[in-house]
Amino acid sequence: MNKKSATFPVLVIDDVAGSKGPAQLPGPSNISHFAGRPRPGEKIIKGVLAFSAALTVVITVGILIALIVPGVEFFVNVPIWDFLFGTRWTPMFADADYGVLPLVSATIWTTVLALIIAIPFGLGAAVLMSEYAHPKLRAVLKPILEVLAGIPTVVYGLFALQFIQLVVFKEWLQLDTGAFSVLAAGLVMGIMIIPTIASISEDAMSAVPMSLRQGSAALGANRMQTSVRVVFPAALSGIIAAIILGVSRAVGETMIVAIAAGSQARIVTGPLEAGQTMTGFIANAALGDSRVGSLEYNTLFAVGLLLFIITLIINMISIRLVNKFRQVY
Amino acid sequence: METNSPDQPASSATVRPTPSDVALPDQPDAVLTCDNVDVYYGSFKAVEQVNLGFGLNEITALIGPSGCGKSTLLRSLNRMNDLVEGARVAGTVSFMNEDIYGPGVDAIEVRRRIGMVFQKPNPFPKSIYDNIAYGARVTGMKVSSMDDLVEEALTRAALWDEVKDKLKQSAYGLSGGQQQRLCIARTIAIKPDVILMDEPCSALDPIATMRIEDLMQELRKDYTIVIVTHNMQQAARVADRTAFFTALPDETTGNRTGVLVEYGKTGQIFGAPNDKRTEDYISGRFG
Ligand SMILES: Nc1ncnc2c1ncn2[C@@H]1O[C@H](COP(=O)(O)OP(=O)(O)O)[C@@H](O)[C@H]1O
Ligand SMILES: [Mg+2]
Repeated sequence: MNKKSATFPVLVIDDVAGSKGPAQLPGPSNISHFAGRPRPGEKIIKGVLAFSAALTVVITVGILIALIVPGVEFFVNVPIWDFLFGTRWTPMFADADYGVLPLVSATIWTTVLALIIAIPFGLGAAVLMSEYAHPKLRAVLKPILEVLAGIPTVVYGLFALQFIQLVVFKEWLQLDTGAFSVLAAGLVMGIMIIPTIASISEDAMSAVPMSLRQGSAALGANRMQTSVRVVFPAALSGIIAAIILGVSRAVGETMIVAIAAGSQARIVTGPLEAGQTMTGFIANAALGDSRVGSLEYNTLFAVGLLLFIITLIINMISIRLVNKFRQVY
Repeated sequence: METNSPDQPASSATVRPTPSDVALPDQPDAVLTCDNVDVYYGSFKAVEQVNLGFGLNEITALIGPSGCGKSTLLRSLNRMNDLVEGARVAGTVSFMNEDIYGPGVDAIEVRRRIGMVFQKPNPFPKSIYDNIAYGARVTGMKVSSMDDLVEEALTRAALWDEVKDKLKQSAYGLSGGQQQRLCIARTIAIKPDVILMDEPCSALDPIATMRIEDLMQELRKDYTIVIVTHNMQQAARVADRTAFFTALPDETTGNRTGVLVEYGKTGQIFGAPNDKRTEDYISGRFG
């Protein structure tokens, strides 16, 4: 593009206070003084952006339809009530039952156990990095956390199954547990989520203005008090966002639970029991050879739909909470 | 703003008549003193060899061009510099003859006795009530009634009438001037002996500024106040004594280090400065 294609009228202000009288506007009067350079690039960029945005929407709607169509077919055969509140999940058996509660119970166990690990350690790491760590230490810690976040979940799954469950629980602690447990899966999932919670909450805490910390210190507060009573509440919106993202990841996490939690779908009543989560079921069943359009096939989508709705609800709660606690400094 | 207006040379006319210089003792009855104080940021010496005493129940103004180290010195008076990476104080700062940087001195206790109000109002994102109660809560102050403490502090800061019906509302709903008075109230609430103020009115409009100045006159009866100000009329209006600083370049490094040029009763500093640099600055020829 030729940069000089348009002429720029120049506004000359000649020593206004001088003796020459008012400043003269040069140039023929039919040329706008404010005519801009043509910017074709801007249109292209706008087009690309609009396309990307539209594509996202289309894909989301597509996924939704792909879930809903077989899902609805499923609910034609199985009453929704039996699905949501039934306590027996045996879709592959001849005597099939479609009560999803066993899967939900395993998901709740692994998620809660993961959060019990991830929230305190994640927030602790965030406070440490944002409020205590020397910038140099922080420069080391953050990348380490990010590496932790980058480990493939299948590796975590193996770690949970082979090390935590077999070595730690069975050999070292001599716990009364089988080959799988929701505890091993939940613990390791918690470790996996720590970086997510730590990193996002750390960003939120670092965004709290220094002036608030100074104000707190000037009133005789120590660092811990400043962190807990000023920085933490001020960053609460971001911290909630971090935790909810952690919850979403825990609910949706598949590989770890498929490997380490087991594949027996039954109501889980204790942490050392095995159990199959919703995601674990989908992963297992999707690998099977259920015929397209069969009830088994549609079952997958019914569970997928439920997972989708749960995640959606979590996100909606998240948006509510984040807005409620948002601070404008 | 009327700050540093060059065509208005400071004359004795700008000097506030009361409290008159005459009533002041020649030497302040200092509660807080600096002896040969240098403040460094890493290897950079920001302030050099300050000897200064801040008189009991007096208002002392620190004036001088930007970057001459007024804020730096102020922060060294209650160890707020501890929070700044690389900041270091040499020499002695003593509060009632005790070195505040001495061994065994708790910086937190120092800040409880020597409070600070900042340039930009910095209320916490909490309710008005919780902002005031904060200091008492974190320092574990014994209070018979927190409600009374809050009311008293807000009253002293001339803010009570404006906020008494919305104590539970966020402090962020207040105007800038109200927020700054809230910050003063918050400082008063922990009952310090000294209040340091770093350009407390620079973010405020003239009316809010006037209210804060009136408030300072009220407070000086019970507190020792040190105020950094850019506004020389303000120094002339509120301060009993004034210290003028400037920044001198180092011959070898070219770094500018702040030094105390002149210190005296405000009337004298503005009416008959001893140092040519002071005179140039207050008459707007420099800075
Ligand atoms: N946190 C800091 N780190 C390094 N240098 C600083 C810091 N704060 C201030 N300075 C430097 O110290 C000098 C004095 O600054 P300051 O005390 O803010 O001056 P004033 O308040 O008089 O405008 C300036 O040269 C400034 O750049
Ligand atoms: Mg300053």
